Amino acid sequence: MTRYLQAAVQLLGPVALVVAVGLMSTTVSDANKIYFLSALVSVAIVVSIYVFVGNSGVLSFGQISFVAVGAFAAGVMTVPLESKKGVLTELFPLLRDHTIGNVPSLLLAAALGGVFALIVGLPLMRLSGLAAGIATFALLEITHNVLQQWTKIGPGATTLSLVPDTTGALQATVGAVIAIAVALAYQWSRLGRQLRASREDPAAARAIGVHVHRQRLWAFVLSGALAGFAGALYVHLLGSITTEQVYLELTFLTLAMLVVGGLNSLWGAVVGALVVSGLDSFLGEAEQGVDVGFNVDLPTGTRLVILAAIMAVVLVLRPSGLTGGREVRLPRIGRRRNAAPAQAEG
Amino acid sequence: MILASLGFQTISDAVASGAIYALMAVGIGLVFGVLRLVNFAYGQLVMAGAYTLAFTSTWPVAASIATCFAVVVALSLAMEVSVFRPLRDQSPAVMLVTTFAIAFLLQAIALIVDLRNDTLGEVVFSSIGSLNEAVTVGGVNIRKVTIVAVGVAAFSLLVIALLLGRTTIGLHTRAAANDFRTARLLGVRANRVITFAVVVSGLLAAAVAVLLVVANPLVTPEFALHDTIIVLVGVVVGGIDRLWTATLGGFAIGFASGIINGLLPTDQSVYLPSVLFGAVILVLLLRPGGLFAWGRPTSVERV
Repeated sequence: MTRYLQAAVQLLGPVALVVAVGLMSTTVSDANKIYFLSALVSVAIVVSIYVFVGNSGVLSFGQISFVAVGAFAAGVMTVPLESKKGVLTELFPLLRDHTIGNVPSLLLAAALGGVFALIVGLPLMRLSGLAAGIATFALLEITHNVLQQWTKIGPGATTLSLVPDTTGALQATVGAVIAIAVALAYQWSRLGRQLRASREDPAAARAIGVHVHRQRLWAFVLSGALAGFAGALYVHLLGSITTEQVYLELTFLTLAMLVVGGLNSLWGAVVGALVVSGLDSFLGEAEQGVDVGFNVDLPTGTRLVILAAIMAVVLVLRPSGLTGGREVRLPRIGRRRNAAPAQAEG
Repeated sequence: MILASLGFQTISDAVASGAIYALMAVGIGLVFGVLRLVNFAYGQLVMAGAYTLAFTSTWPVAASIATCFAVVVALSLAMEVSVFRPLRDQSPAVMLVTTFAIAFLLQAIALIVDLRNDTLGEVVFSSIGSLNEAVTVGGVNIRKVTIVAVGVAAFSLLVIALLLGRTTIGLHTRAAANDFRTARLLGVRANRVITFAVVVSGLLAAAVAVLLVVANPLVTPEFALHDTIIVLVGVVVGGIDRLWTATLGGFAIGFASGIINGLLPTDQSVYLPSVLFGAVILVLLLRPGGLFAWGRPTSVERV
């Protein structure tokens, strides 16, 4: 019974947080609404990264590639037909002459992200440690380079605009909840547990019959699909996008969110995404000058200084993040700490 | 032959950029050897040096260069003490993310410092820039900086080779790079060896800063960022486990990109990054120890 209760708490904790942020976004002014919605989209992106990095323990700088692919696929396919023929003239005819709706574009982005992850993951998942970090970074560079130059599949180096901004409070909240639910379902599944075992001890996991390469590949593909989906949410939130927006800075920000929250738990990913993106929004406003009792006006660039400093400090002092790598748990009422080691894990 | 048709200018420029990249490769490779840490923030050390040169442009050249060396070495040591030392026992992945954060931190600080006068970028206008002029040697024009770069690189590599091969601290460093735990058991002091590596890599970063501002006197927060990424690629492709293969990789990629830039018109080299990074992935998969690493076990794990 306690097990099911803990499981329910693990799911409901992050979901409640996300829904609360979604509800809050409907009460604030239109100018501030974007901050709440982008926090929710950040949750979706960070959860997608967590599915691979958190469960496998393999570092990847490349997950934003899938966000980029999802964002541009969903963006290009939803620009209204009449404007598309005028603006994106160099597209392949198939892409130029068709336009799909909002929900199909989300699904398309997820599917493309997953397929792309499968293709690159097949060879890349053989690597681990440092080599994996460098190779996934190379993947990000290649994706960025191709998206920026190949005008037959997208806008190239120019801004893709006129994307319908369908990511409102409802779509952002539901999107984040879907990402969380999928991530938890995977984490509880047989596959997820095998991968987490290999994270703790690759040799022991292999000895009990875990196929490490295959398990990592599954997580990579799922992560790619969720990242593509999150990218579609992102482009529908912004309404316009350039390749620079889904490149190094977003990679850095989302990694900061994951690291600050705690790499090893979904709760950490969600908390980190909300905390860091809240801070990011506040600092972004403060660079323009904001009134919080007294006037705060920071010089341009302070935002990144503070975020980078927080990330470095958390990594140095508390490498397991704010949540310490734990999932949400019910507070233990009436039980002494360390009372029963057997019950320590729910 | 293709090389002959290129013209001497292109080849000498390619050699110069190869020499500069080789210096950066040594700086990255030395720190990797003792700490097992790929320093993403290495380019930001060079950037800090370049800013120092820009801010001290009105000083005598020698004083300006000396300040640049002092600032970069101090920053390099500060990075070691405040970040690398506490993280020494963490996994390579955590250290990699941390240097990523430090790189962003330094770049953002540079942006704030730079934007005080509301224009992006500071110009180095001291007489270092005169190195960009050409001299005629035997009927062909060579930019002075090419000669200086090759000279500095050759000199630095020689000194480092002597340091590593002929001194006690060099012996300790090589032992630590080979097997840190055993070296410590045998009496090698970790902090001394690491400080040595960090200081030498800082000196190299400062030298690179001086050489890079000659060709590119406009210093921005993204100064040397692109070069560092290219050098990292070269180091991994060459073989990061050993200093000489890493250096060779750095030189090769600098030389190759110089030649390719001279060969291809700009509109055809747009996919060059993809080709380069594709090559990195291929090398990591097929020869995880690096192109030039023969007959040694490697530290790169595979599953």
